Amino acid sequence: MTETTASIPAAGPQRSSLTGLVLRNPLGLLATALIIVVLLTAIFAPLIAPNDPAAVQIFKVNVAPGDGYLLGGDGSGRDIFSRLVWGARNTLIGAAIAVVVAALLGVTAGLFAGYFGKWYETASSWISDALMALPALIVLLALYQALGASIYLSMGIFGIMLSPGFYRLTRTLVKGVKNELYIDAARVSGLTDMRIIIRHILLVVRAPVVIQTSIVAGIAIVIQAGLEFLGLGDPSMPTWGGILQNGFQNMYNAPLGILWPGLAISITVASLVLLANAIRDAMQTGAAPSFRTPAIPAKYAAATPAPTPEEGVLLDIRDLVVAYPDGNGWREVVHGVTLQVRKGDVVGLVGESGSGKTQTAFAVLDLLSTGGKVLSGSITFDGEDLTKKSETEMRALRGRRIAYVPQEPMSNLDPSFRIGAQMVEPLMNVLGLSKAQAKARVLEMLARVGLPDPERTFNAYPHQVSGGMAQRVLIAGAVASSPDLLIADEPTTALDVTVQAEVLELLRELREEFHMTVVMVTHNFGVVADICDRVAVMKKGEIVEENAIGALFSNPQHPYTRMLLGSVLEDTEVRAYRAPAAKGNAA
Amino acid sequence: MLTYLLKRIGAGIILLVLVSTVTFALIYGSTGNVARNILGESASAADIAAKEHELGLDRSLPVQFADWAVHAVQGDLGNSWTRNQRVAPSLASRFPVTLSIVAISVVIMFFVAAVLGITAAVRRGIADQIIQVISVVGFAMPNFWLGLLLVLLFAVRLQWLPPTGYVSFATSPASWVASLVLPVGALVFSGIASASQQVRGAVIDALNKDYVRTLRARGVSPRSILYRHALRNALPATLTVLSVQFIALLGGAAIIEQVFAIPGLGSLTVDAALQGDVPVLMGVVVTLIITVVIMNILIDILNAWANPKVRLQ
Repeated sequence: MTETTASIPAAGPQRSSLTGLVLRNPLGLLATALIIVVLLTAIFAPLIAPNDPAAVQIFKVNVAPGDGYLLGGDGSGRDIFSRLVWGARNTLIGAAIAVVVAALLGVTAGLFAGYFGKWYETASSWISDALMALPALIVLLALYQALGASIYLSMGIFGIMLSPGFYRLTRTLVKGVKNELYIDAARVSGLTDMRIIIRHILLVVRAPVVIQTSIVAGIAIVIQAGLEFLGLGDPSMPTWGGILQNGFQNMYNAPLGILWPGLAISITVASLVLLANAIRDAMQTGAAPSFRTPAIPAKYAAATPAPTPEEGVLLDIRDLVVAYPDGNGWREVVHGVTLQVRKGDVVGLVGESGSGKTQTAFAVLDLLSTGGKVLSGSITFDGEDLTKKSETEMRALRGRRIAYVPQEPMSNLDPSFRIGAQMVEPLMNVLGLSKAQAKARVLEMLARVGLPDPERTFNAYPHQVSGGMAQRVLIAGAVASSPDLLIADEPTTALDVTVQAEVLELLRELREEFHMTVVMVTHNFGVVADICDRVAVMKKGEIVEENAIGALFSNPQHPYTRMLLGSVLEDTEVRAYRAPAAKGNAA
Repeated sequence: MLTYLLKRIGAGIILLVLVSTVTFALIYGSTGNVARNILGESASAADIAAKEHELGLDRSLPVQFADWAVHAVQGDLGNSWTRNQRVAPSLASRFPVTLSIVAISVVIMFFVAAVLGITAAVRRGIADQIIQVISVVGFAMPNFWLGLLLVLLFAVRLQWLPPTGYVSFATSPASWVASLVLPVGALVFSGIASASQQVRGAVIDALNKDYVRTLRARGVSPRSILYRHALRNALPATLTVLSVQFIALLGGAAIIEQVFAIPGLGSLTVDAALQGDVPVLMGVVVTLIITVVIMNILIDILNAWANPKVRLQ
């Protein structure tokens, strides 16, 4: 029986919170309960089965349920219920063999391939791909004579064919954590590779492997039943697939006979899948798809009226609250930001990552990530409250009057389309240009942002240009429609230092040439000093200080601002300023 | 692109050689009492030796394999040990039946899974929940059991469709369709369930990409984002799903053919497995591996078409 229960202890030592979360999920609880029932049935089969599964009572052939045969008799007069109970044991042993073989092989190979890489990974991946190209059932059929009637040997071979699932999963996970700092730290502190793998990396792969185990157990039960259904099992041993085969041969006399074994298989496998789903959901709480958007708390309902437009102010953000759904409530990421941007200014929105600066920028564009919502406050752009606008109205503004330059140039170009195609499409949409006009405009802009061969860039795919070129392309795309407001989200962060300066210079030129107002989201005071007129400093979703650039640099008010300035000065090696600024606040 | 394709074809040939060698070694290596099985318990030792000599089993395994391989590359897969038939022609008559079932199933699965998966990815909510439920049910119900239930309901109870049997397209197209409805239905259900889950995941992944935000920021319409950009980028992942499902369907067809008494490759394989008809089994394995390799190369070509990084290598 050890094999049968092997998959369950693996789930045992989970953090109590994870187990708790799984059991608090109604489906998770139901699935766990059903699996325990099946396991207990398998373990205590001799005690539970009322009759000998092989005992034939000739007058009970195809008898209806009742009269000592709880679910009726089969075509030979045997007790279907007792056979199902014993079948649980035989079926689970077979499935457990497949799962254990698959998990041992796959996880071990995956750990080594992920951790050591190189030829080892190449070889194992090739084997894994080859195994996945085989139709498992046909291979098991072909090997039937070689393996003999023992279903357990077949299930062992099937385990080998199932191992790629574990292998790929483990390898991906290990590659993900291999270069994490704590693994490096363990390595530097002298732990052997073996110890690191066992101690740290196994911890990471444990929960996903439990999920995979659950699913593979389901597959194994189905395939095993399939083999037995085809008559490739040991006829003297009751298994669910074998019982189903008996029912099939006898189907026209006793249709109910195919119902019970099918239900036993389906309910067991469904429980395994539901358990896997429950563990997966518990692991990613928060990211779990919640089907209803939580109610918006009453405190946000009292909408602040949009301010009366002021002369010379292009963008006026008041008391902006941005939040994301989190379980049954909302998690605020921006708590009441107020910011005015005057026409023609370049305003820096500065803060560490997670300070809410990017979320504020996305709120202006109405491009928050899935689920994100402006819960209260107003965003007035050129006299109109953007938070009141429909998606269609916003689309008319985006690209036309408000443009966006993203942070990471390569991931912001669609890899499947030529650069030209993805620039022409928006211009045709937004400005109503013909294809030829749009192309001419794009080529003009590509030349303007300093690309040496616009025609060639136009026809290139994103993977064929460098990061710096890609960022110029994105700037060209943003500016091509002469927007009034340009929102640039860390436009230089992902670039080499030399390219950074060129891109900033380009933005400065374009701003003057096109009379744009710019909101520059950045964590870098060097960028701020270079291009901004005003700065707003954000921390934990709030603006802690806002001032003209000169005043802010010469006389920072908030300790957080002083700390940020201090860290910049360290970076830029202006040693004279370093000591006083950094000491007091860095801690 | 051409080197890429040649590489894939090369990998396919290596796979074919490897699998046939291993399979041959395993199944010919365990043919200890084949002659006795064929001749029956009463056969004399001399008869058995004669039979083994006739089947070529008295030679060493490498010699047998070399002999088989030399003939196999010329399209000659030898004689069946249990029926008075050549292997290659009997495969040729049965394979189209299986292939048509699997091909129809793949096409249906692809379209239904695409519609369901995209709907779930875009709408979330109810459509999403329905797909989650279907996918659990589809995963949990073995296709042969579903097939039996379909027979009981539609053939025995309602009598809308024939319970078993197969009518070739040439005999009667209408009967051909009628004979395929239930088997294909039983076969595609679990495939649809798992494929639509994967399509959903791929589309959601594509819609969450940075470039989608950038395109939206430039005023590109949601319709174009979904149909032009997201689906194009979700295609490679979907094609991979298709190739995995194709392989699963080839195996699943073997059982379904048994349930519905369809004279395809699957029922031939089951009979050969039970009777130890080794040449037929070798023929089946080789045929199916070649099919899988060809299918994977087709998918690689589609993949290269969808993915400029691969195409322009």
